[in-house]
Amino acid sequence: MLKDLFPKKKRYATVAPHPGARDKVPEGLIEKCKRCGQILLGKELEKHLKTCPHCGYHFTLTAPERIQITLDEGSFEEFDADLTPGDPLLFPDYPSRVAKAQEATGLRQGVVTGRGAICGCPVVVGVMDSRFIMGSMGSVVGEKLARAVEAAVKFGLPVVLFTVSGGARMQEGIFSLMQMAKISTALARLNESGLLYIAVLTNPTTGGVTASFAMQGDIHLAEPGATIGFAGRRIIEPLIRQKLPDEFQTAEFVLEHGMLDQVVHRKDMRTLLATILSLHPQGGETVGCGTAL
Amino acid sequence: MAVELPFEKPLIELRLKIEELKQFTEEKGIDMSVEVATLEAKAKALAESIYRDLTPWQKVQIARHPERPTTLDYIRGMCDDFVELHGDRSFREDAAIVGGIARFDGYPITVVGTQKGRDTKENIFRNFGMAHPEGYRKALRLMKQAEKFGRPVLTFIDTAGAYPGTGAEERGQGEAIARNLIEMAALRVPIVCIVTGEGGSGGALGLGIGDRLLMLEHAYYSVIAPESAAALLWKDASQGQRAANAMSITAQDLFRFGIVDEVLPEPFGGAHRDPAAMIRTVKTAVSGALASLRERPSVDLSTSRYDKYRSMGVVMGGATHSRLVDTAVGDEGTNGAELEPEVQDSRH
Repeated sequence: MLKDLFPKKKRYATVAPHPGARDKVPEGLIEKCKRCGQILLGKELEKHLKTCPHCGYHFTLTAPERIQITLDEGSFEEFDADLTPGDPLLFPDYPSRVAKAQEATGLRQGVVTGRGAICGCPVVVGVMDSRFIMGSMGSVVGEKLARAVEAAVKFGLPVVLFTVSGGARMQEGIFSLMQMAKISTALARLNESGLLYIAVLTNPTTGGVTASFAMQGDIHLAEPGATIGFAGRRIIEPLIRQKLPDEFQTAEFVLEHGMLDQVVHRKDMRTLLATILSLHPQGGETVGCGTAL
Repeated sequence: MAVELPFEKPLIELRLKIEELKQFTEEKGIDMSVEVATLEAKAKALAESIYRDLTPWQKVQIARHPERPTTLDYIRGMCDDFVELHGDRSFREDAAIVGGIARFDGYPITVVGTQKGRDTKENIFRNFGMAHPEGYRKALRLMKQAEKFGRPVLTFIDTAGAYPGTGAEERGQGEAIARNLIEMAALRVPIVCIVTGEGGSGGALGLGIGDRLLMLEHAYYSVIAPESAAALLWKDASQGQRAANAMSITAQDLFRFGIVDEVLPEPFGGAHRDPAAMIRTVKTAVSGALASLRERPSVDLSTSRYDKYRSMGVVMGGATHSRLVDTAVGDEGTNGAELEPEVQDSRH
């Protein structure tokens, strides 16, 4: 064959990356977009509030990050930071899972609550953290949110809750189910007081959290692409013996089915929250929102 | 033909033997009465030992027994003039939840409950007692109606859970349950809830916020079905038994935790062995609960309902613990104060 007379010389040699090389990239320096696969620099990602500038994918935020980008600088005052879970059922491995989550997150529990201001509007906020056993709701999450809502009633403030949760925390059994009831009773009081409650649903918000406070707001907002639903895909698919379409249980799907008011890009969330808050002047509040304090 | 449960097998075999012996006596004319008496005593002791110490998993099986009285059996057995009302007024009727108005102890009440079927055909019609959002919305409509007319609400809970399907998701299963929770928390009339069989997670809680929570002796109430918990924890749904034992889901557990106010004894071997007696027991208990609530003003009801749910949960650290104990006062909360040491003891 003629081809054999002109052997193609390999111009490049393939060099396998050093096995450890991947791990040596400092944490947070680069990140790969989970949707479009683009490599993003950490700094660039931070500038876009952890959303992909190419496809708009929203990365998960930790509770401290969420507070930082949502509330006015220096306005946050935390409630009940010292509460930690008990182990009421003496469930196998539960205390060690809690300890591991505490070590990994630096938080005592899967929700951070407190008061602060958004563009000058005072609010009570609660922010869940998905790193903490899937953001699951146990007794402390319920207790902290109920106390936060009670504080809002006491101070006459609106409430903004950012949800991210796999649902109830199995390891606390019936106690975690009853947290849905507990937060609901607290929010019923907030309703009676005529105070505003905005739920912001982020990826993912499912199970018992969807079946309680995530869906009890006066206004429901969500981040684009967030998974929002009651039963998980893993439960529905075997039941109906079909693969569900990709858009099933996305924020856009839930918006279309009438359960949300708006799907809002992260970069616009703070401004929108401030606008909504300013349209709900609360009792005792004299300073208009949007004005610098 | 009675449906027998796996753990009842030794007892059933023994009873069959006794029958055989009796027949033998009749046919051959040989007196075996001594042997029969011995075996009968043995069967009685065996039954005692089986039913006195049921494991959580065995209770789950009894709670799911197909011949257990259903919500409609209780309503028809306890109330007069039951008028069933249908539909959520926005999408459709859901046969997995029944409801209506009736007369109980001479007073009008609103009744609502999940409804299972007796056979396959009826179960398909009832969707195995697993409601869609429209079922929860129908229940809410009836409860708001009760509030308008100032009559108490009685709810019956016996469901494996809210139905997890595509239509249910599209129509907002989460929203429907969430709305019931917040509306029931604020309802201005007394609510009495009874878990008669399965108390399956959010689907049960969606009819389960009230002033009194009663539970039948062998009913269970759980954050997640034991099989699903096993699937999540150990990637093996067949380990339901292990999960049932680990999760403290029996009526006795929940009473100890202060979540259930009263456990209603079942006939020996389970409610299905004597439905009429079971219905009488439930009727008496409901009668007592409603009588104590009927005279209370709605403001008072709202406060005690708030305190009841507010005190549920176990947290550590800070001022919390003392706060929990402090708030656990009054008739609902007395168990809460002693919660932790009791839980510790129960383990061993």
